[in-house]
Amino acid sequence: MKRIAIACLALLSVCAAHAGVRIEHWVAPSGARVFFVETHALPILDVQVDFSAGSAYDPPGKTGVAAMTRGLLDAGAGGMDEEKIAGRIVDLGVRLSGSGDHDRAGLNLRTLSAKSERDAALDLLRTLLSQPSFPEAPLAREKTRSIAAIQEADTRPDSLAAKRFAAAIYPGHPYGASPTADSIGRIARDDLVAFHRDHYAATRAVISIIGDVSRAEAEAIALRLTDALPPGVAATELPAVKNPARETVKVAHPATQAHIHVGLPALKRGDPDFYALQAGNYSLGGGGFVSRLMKEVREKRGYAYSVYSYVAPRKLEGPFEMGLQTRREQADAALKVAQDVLAEFLAQGPTEKELAAAKRHLIDGFSLRVDSNAKLLGYLAVIGFYDLPLSYLDDFPKMIQALTVKDVRAAFQRHVKPEHLVTVIVAGD
Amino acid sequence: MRRALAIAALLAFAGAAAANPFEKQLSNGLRVIVKEDRRAPTAVHMIWYRAGAMDEHDGNSGLAHALEHMMFKGTQTMAAGEFNRRVAEAGGRDNAFTSQDFTAYFQIVPKRALPQMMALEADRMSNLKITAKEFASEIKVVMEERRMRTEDNPQARVYEALGSVAFQAHPYRRPVIGWMDDLEHMTWQDARDWYKRWYVPNNAYVVVVGDVDHAEVFRLAAKTYGKLKPRALPERKPQNEPQQTGIKRLVVKAPAKLAYLSMAWKVPKLKDVDKDRDPYALEVLAAVLDGHDAARFARNLVREQKVAQSAGSQYDAMVRGESLFVVGGQPGEGRSAADLEAALRGEIKRIQDEGVADEELARVKVQLVASQVYKRDSMMAQAMEIGGLEAAGYRWQDIDKNIEKLRSVTAAEVQAVAKQYFKDDTLTVAVLEPQPVDKAATRKSSFAVRH
Repeated sequence: MKRIAIACLALLSVCAAHAGVRIEHWVAPSGARVFFVETHALPILDVQVDFSAGSAYDPPGKTGVAAMTRGLLDAGAGGMDEEKIAGRIVDLGVRLSGSGDHDRAGLNLRTLSAKSERDAALDLLRTLLSQPSFPEAPLAREKTRSIAAIQEADTRPDSLAAKRFAAAIYPGHPYGASPTADSIGRIARDDLVAFHRDHYAATRAVISIIGDVSRAEAEAIALRLTDALPPGVAATELPAVKNPARETVKVAHPATQAHIHVGLPALKRGDPDFYALQAGNYSLGGGGFVSRLMKEVREKRGYAYSVYSYVAPRKLEGPFEMGLQTRREQADAALKVAQDVLAEFLAQGPTEKELAAAKRHLIDGFSLRVDSNAKLLGYLAVIGFYDLPLSYLDDFPKMIQALTVKDVRAAFQRHVKPEHLVTVIVAGD
Repeated sequence: MRRALAIAALLAFAGAAAANPFEKQLSNGLRVIVKEDRRAPTAVHMIWYRAGAMDEHDGNSGLAHALEHMMFKGTQTMAAGEFNRRVAEAGGRDNAFTSQDFTAYFQIVPKRALPQMMALEADRMSNLKITAKEFASEIKVVMEERRMRTEDNPQARVYEALGSVAFQAHPYRRPVIGWMDDLEHMTWQDARDWYKRWYVPNNAYVVVVGDVDHAEVFRLAAKTYGKLKPRALPERKPQNEPQQTGIKRLVVKAPAKLAYLSMAWKVPKLKDVDKDRDPYALEVLAAVLDGHDAARFARNLVREQKVAQSAGSQYDAMVRGESLFVVGGQPGEGRSAADLEAALRGEIKRIQDEGVADEELARVKVQLVASQVYKRDSMMAQAMEIGGLEAAGYRWQDIDKNIEKLRSVTAAEVQAVAKQYFKDDTLTVAVLEPQPVDKAATRKSSFAVRH
């Protein structure tokens, strides 16, 4: 980003911290959409390839296929077995990791940008994405490990609470499903082959590239990564999210602390209320120690170490959630405090002072969100995958600045309706 | 050859800005270390105190960490919570962390806020206000933190028990978060005394990484921290652990499905960066076992033998106290903790008997060099590296030396340390015996409400 700073000086313009990150976008001849930032400050290259292949696309009754498909991309590909692939990754000094959520699944590569290392690393990535073989033996082993991990997680109050919360706010919807021993047990090799064939297509792919390459090189990289992908199926429609009825779910557990989640499906990516909810949530429970939840639950009463709220937009309505952990005997009292904070916030919105503080934090602090290639890559991937405007990084501070208390209150009232709030308590008394 | 050349070029790059970092010591003893990184208009500001859990005494475990919490509760001129509010309004993020060796505080801010951050930290180094009321509320938060991190986390309980059994005399036997009973009996006066004892400029250092000019940071440091008076520090007794002369075994029972095993050998730490060889060979051994996805544990134990659901190794050569070499994991389906123990021992025995291949050594070194380049994408990672080394008593100048030393480790040295240090007489083995969740009695959280 040094390059950008120099450009700003040359123009004698006042350079806002966030301004000047130039995102280039094009569609590769394969149909993949590409998002690119050129920066030569470090001799590294980061590439993320995401597909519309998240867990929401799991076949019915086989929850876990999406994650297993992504997880086994490096279990065998292009004639290499998994040990050969693992060794190759290490020999190249490459960092290769998978990432996946409800909407997306993909691989993330960091490599040194010297041409020889880079070309070898990208060739490997191309092979893993295009020619995975999903061999039987690693699949059987990973099914066993996955079932063991699920059974272990089901003994833990934090994982239990998160799972029950998702199921309760998304009843009957893929966003609410979690893999079980049964659903993993039903997965066969054919399921992975079919899932890859249908979902790992160039037309369902977003390539995010940042680092020490030119535009021409980035174009060649994007094409090469996607020209051998399967044809796939057209974008699949997910079923609509229905609002849950207000309810409280209690799960018995012997832990010393109760784990409490309160929330509902709230926000789609691209909804213009995003900015108002971000700014408002900062004052409610997203802004750490300056938030109302932290002040009331932790600072005033010592009820919890961790208490928070967040809004996590997805392709369809992603969750609004507030959560805390507290000594089980005082679970009801702590929940009451959190509920009162939320009720008052929904009724009144933030104060003028709170909103002003939120704006200062979000606007002045925006430079912190984009001060490394790794962080910028994350933004590129979201902007690309969810069709957000290329000017998103420049728009964000302006949209935040324009908000009023009334905007924030109205947005919360539109998206957080008390009649749909679900409460999950694990290990309460 | 191509690879060797590429690595040489990268190392030259990694060490490029020769004069960077810069260091200056103020007359009150505070050292200021600045690394200029102009990629983005932001800065990381950290202050590290050489006071951690290892400086506590029995009955006061958790005090270093409790004081860390109290550092956000106001000074003579600022109300409780005001510190966080000012950082947030400057667009920054802040937090703190406590370890056995140190307590550290940091803010990540747009660079223009750096002078304010330095003034705020200097203020709470000498003007902290600890009241009975704030302490009574905050210690409850710390107990909730302990419940979350340890009480309800079976693996954390195993690790806590392992430390307290492996070490009989050395202070690393006490958990950083503190025993619950000690937290229940801690007073605001304990926190105040701790603060007065350790929070002085001659027991601290500042690390700044970011889009800053080092001379300007030194000037700001003199203006803010420079005003603080040094005080003599209490004597620190060595508290060396006596020689262990036999294997120790322990069992923790907790609600879980999978067993968990942790094995810890007493091994030397790094004392002399120039002369020591064994700690570097142990670092390489840890990486050969578990440094990457093609390393022996993942390949042999998880994928081939399937005796492990997960397996790992851990060795930190750079500590104030004493070092352990820890291996462990969860047994695979149908396998027991004893099976996993035998398999982990088998991996070490194989290295004792057969040594390591040149190819394995080369892989560890490629990872090392690449990570030196990758770390430069994160200012926080660079600040942590400098601060962490200094906390353990080494110098930031040792960072490059350590890389050179690690690159010079031979296969014979790795085999030699495997033979020398992995004997049962210095071993402690901890096992989690899983209990069914539905049959486990509710563990009433012990609490003594104090007014």
